[in-house]
This record gives sequence, C-alpha cells and structure tokens, in this order.
Amino acid sequence: MAILRLEEVSKKFGALTVAEQICFAVGEGEALGIIGPNGAGKSTLFNLINGNIAPDSGTIHFCGADVTRVPPMARCLSGMGRTFQIPQPFERLTVFENLLVAGAFGTRRQESEVSDRCAEILVDTGLIDKANVLAGGLTLLQRKRLELARALATEPKLLLLDEIAGGLTEGECRSLVATIRAIHAKGVAVIWIEHVLHALNSVVERLLVLHFGKVIGIGKPDEIMASREVREIYLGIEI
Amino acid sequence: MSLVVPSWQVETRNKTSVPFGLAALAAFLLAFAIPFLVSRGVVQDLFFILTMLVLAQNWNLLAGYAGLISVGQQAFVGFGAYAMFACVILLGVDPIAAVLIAGVLSMLLAIPTAFFTFRLQGPYFAIGTWVIAEVVRLLLAQWKALGGGTGTSLPRDATRDMIGVGVMRDVFGMKASEAGDALTYWLALILLVLTVGFVYRLLRSKQGLGLAAVRDNEQAARAVGVNARRMKALVYLAASFITGVAGALIYVQKARISPDAAFSVIDWTAYVIFIVVIGGIGTVEGPIVGVILFFFLQNLLAGYGSWYLLMLGLIGILVMLFAPRGLWGLVSDRTGIQLFPVRRLLRGGSLNQVHKGGPHG
Repeated sequence: MAILRLEEVSKKFGALTVAEQICFAVGEGEALGIIGPNGAGKSTLFNLINGNIAPDSGTIHFCGADVTRVPPMARCLSGMGRTFQIPQPFERLTVFENLLVAGAFGTRRQESEVSDRCAEILVDTGLIDKANVLAGGLTLLQRKRLELARALATEPKLLLLDEIAGGLTEGECRSLVATIRAIHAKGVAVIWIEHVLHALNSVVERLLVLHFGKVIGIGKPDEIMASREVREIYLGIEI
Repeated sequence: MSLVVPSWQVETRNKTSVPFGLAALAAFLLAFAIPFLVSRGVVQDLFFILTMLVLAQNWNLLAGYAGLISVGQQAFVGFGAYAMFACVILLGVDPIAAVLIAGVLSMLLAIPTAFFTFRLQGPYFAIGTWVIAEVVRLLLAQWKALGGGTGTSLPRDATRDMIGVGVMRDVFGMKASEAGDALTYWLALILLVLTVGFVYRLLRSKQGLGLAAVRDNEQAARAVGVNARRMKALVYLAASFITGVAGALIYVQKARISPDAAFSVIDWTAYVIFIVVIGGIGTVEGPIVGVILFFFLQNLLAGYGSWYLLMLGLIGILVMLFAPRGLWGLVSDRTGIQLFPVRRLLRGGSLNQVHKGGPHG
C-alpha cells in the first residue's frame, strides 16, 4: 500500500507554475529520490506534501487519508517528518530541547516520556556532545544533523529530506548517508531531494525527475540517469 | 570491556535554586510586612513598582516568549480600569470584586481584538494593537455615565467600605486611607506572586517549550507538531486577563480615571517595554531588574521634564545595541546564575563519561 499518493497536484504563484499535474506514489518503507535543476519546484513540492502551502487543485493522500487541506501540524502528528533545505533550528533552545519539542509535540506525549528517546537519537546522529549547547551556535553540518535528528524525534513513518547533504565534505557526506540508510533500514519511508547524486543513489530505490514543476521521469536510478531527456535537462549535456 | 547502558536524566534545577527559593520566601514575608513598617508614601511607591512589574512580566510573556510584540497593552489596562469603575459606580459592586470582573471582561475584549490583530505579523501586529487601544479609548470617552472625555472619580464610600478595609481598621487601628493603600498594596503583591508563578510554571511546562519553539521559528514549530496559533492565542488571552486585573487594581488605588490617563501608551506600554528591554527580554529575572532601575531613573530624572523621556529612550537604545539581552543577560552570562532556570539539561549516559573524563572515557 502507498503511504503517500499525489494525484494531479497543481500550484501556481501568479503566472509561474511551480507544480503541474503532479502524480506519484511512495510505498511504505520505500526510498524515493527527487532530482531536478534549481527552480524546478522541488522544495515547493515538499511544502505541498507537508502542508506549508495548499495546492490549487489535486489531492494528497497520506496513510490512506485525504490530507489535502490538513495543516502541517496535523500531518506531523499522523507521521510525516521533514527537514528544511535551509536549516531552521530553534536557535535559543539547546540541541536537546530542540528534539524534546519535536518528540513531545510530534508524538503527543509528555517530555519525560520522550527524553530518553531524544537522547538516543542524539547519539545516533552524532550530536550527543552538543546536547546542552544552544542550537544557534552550531556549524552547518551540525545544523543539518539537527534537522534530521529533530525530524526523527517526531517518530515519522515518512521522512522528507530536503538537500541534507549539500555543502558537506566527502567524509561528512558519507557518515550522513550511513545514518540515513540506518533510518531507512528500520522501515521508515524516505523522500529525499538531493543534488549530490552518488549519495542519493546509494540510498534510494527509485528516482523522480522534476522540471519546471512537471514530473518528466520516475523509475530505477540507472534507467533514469541513462534517459536522454534527463541527461539533457538535468546534466545539461547536449546530445 | 564492560558495556555501559546509558541512563539519561533531565534536570532543570541548578545550585542556586534552593538558596534563591529561601531568599525569595524571606523577601515575600518582608514585603508583606511593609505596610506596618514604613510610611504611606513608600507603600504607594512600592505599589507602583509592583504593578509595573506585573505589567512588565505580562509584556515579557507576550513579546519575549510568544513573539507577540504588542504596543497596545494600554487597551487592557484602560479597559480593565473602566470596567472596574463601571461595576462600582453603575452596579454598586465592591471595588475588590470589581477588579476580578474587570480581568474577565478584559479577556473577553481580547477575543475580538485577537481576531483582527492575529491576521497581522511583526510590526503590523504591533501597530494593529495600538490602533485597537485607541479605538477602545475613543469609545469609552463617549460614555457619559463614566465622565466621558474628562473622566470621573470613585465614590468615597466605595473605597472606604471595600472588603477588608473595615477589618484592617479594627484589627490594626489603621485610618481608612491607610488601610486602602495597604490593601491595594497587598493585592498587588499577591497578583505579582501569582503572575510570576504562572509565567514560570508555564515556561517549565511542555506548553512553555512549545512556545519557545514558536517564538524561535514558527514554520519549523508547525512542522514538528506544535499548534502555534492556539499557543499564541492562549498566551494573549492570559496576558489580557492579568493586564486587565492590574489596570483595575491601579485605578482602585488612584480612585480617579480619565480616558487619556487610563489609555496612556507612554505609562502602560512604553515604560513597560523599557523595563523589559533594559532588564532583559525573555527571562523572568529581567523585568525585576528593569523595574528597580526604572524606578530609580524616574526619581533621579523627574526634574528634567521632557528630557527625562529622551534620556530613557537613549538608555533603551544603548542597552539594545550593547547588551541586547539586557542587564540581567550580562549578569547571567558572566556568572551563569539563573534564578528561574527553565533550561532542560541532559545529564547521564555517555555524557557523564564526557564530563568526568574517567579511565573509560
């Protein structure tokens, strides 16, 4: 069964079409990668999926329920976690408190019930030494890890990752990929927007290509990367 | 090698908590005995300090914790005061009971005003709240039974026969005017303790943590399941209730009201913002430091007319530039002292090893 299904989702900002008739589905526990040139509408797609913006037309189903008009808070409670492309930590809270908010509100439980789990997520994501540091003082890598850790604290069934590997060094990227693989291995469905293709392809089972708000291809990574259209649009190779 | 099973603890208290708790209790008992120890003038000064501190704690709750920067809190001070006057003069209610009714009415006023102002963000919200305060002032200035634009006074017998005044006259042998001042002072003290208790309790709770998240980043807070809108609305309602009660209490003591004084943006919002900003926004301690400083500055500069306001403005700007977290922020950063700690610190597990740096570390 599909955990997420988009049917003919469209969105315009004035004359600019950012999403046009988008249809695709993600299975439970599946990992889907999304690629596309800058301005293709990738982050907008995430905003549509998590409810930050409402589509002009079309429907979005999550876990079997129509969530097209449901606010982001409620989508989070039903199991959708997301990270932001530009990290958005709660800067005047500590790293641990950032997770505590997500854990307590994202799963509707008391702080005391989620604090152990939050601490374990900090261990898993390599942030435990920074637990009591204000999030505003973190480096870029640590902020990206915090985005991931905070999304995990909400105990998602579907995790939306927005360019989480961008700007990292080779070594940092490798350890991040290992972390994401481990999360995926536990049965969490993942949708991952990424420009770092080798990182993406080492995790996802399918790739979706977005161009000017349209889905121009979805399928196995090697087939997609071999497609003439994708190479032309995405890699800018003239053939 | 032994396997250490991490066990985690979360702590909020720190080493200053216990001595500070005892000191606060002693200060409260001393403050309670004040009317027996000092002259009426000092009691009135202290009443002013206590009520300004209540207003400052409220504004701090709105701006420092909920990110709702209002410059229209005088709407609730004035409305609370007028509601109290209306209850006493038109309905013959006891002034002390009228203070509570005024709080409830202020909260009811906050519902329609929130409907308008919550559509606005940031500076637009600030201006919107001010506009609403002006609208309420202009409306109440039309109310002829309460003196219209020139205002009115509380009837003498109403303040002389307030609940508690008779008892204090008989037991402590106070004059009616003395007893009235002592009574309003004690009520202000109780209101302050309840306000600080409420704010601190809120910040320590799960809701307080969610509120801090909303303040720092509303979009991210929504994405992790925090109902940002409801959270802000509840804080706004609570602050309008307490502000209304404080406004009514201030005007029981003043016993004379006019629209211009009751809805003064300088007295009830500009001074309050000054207190919070110089003391340190976003902390419970900040407004306490701020109000003491404000009181001394006011007495020091009282003779300089409008230069006084210019000086306050200048001091406010300097603090914002060079100590954006206020004077308490400076003290707290240097010494690490927190009298009202709200940080959830993670202890235990592998963190213990990090700190102890023992042979296994």
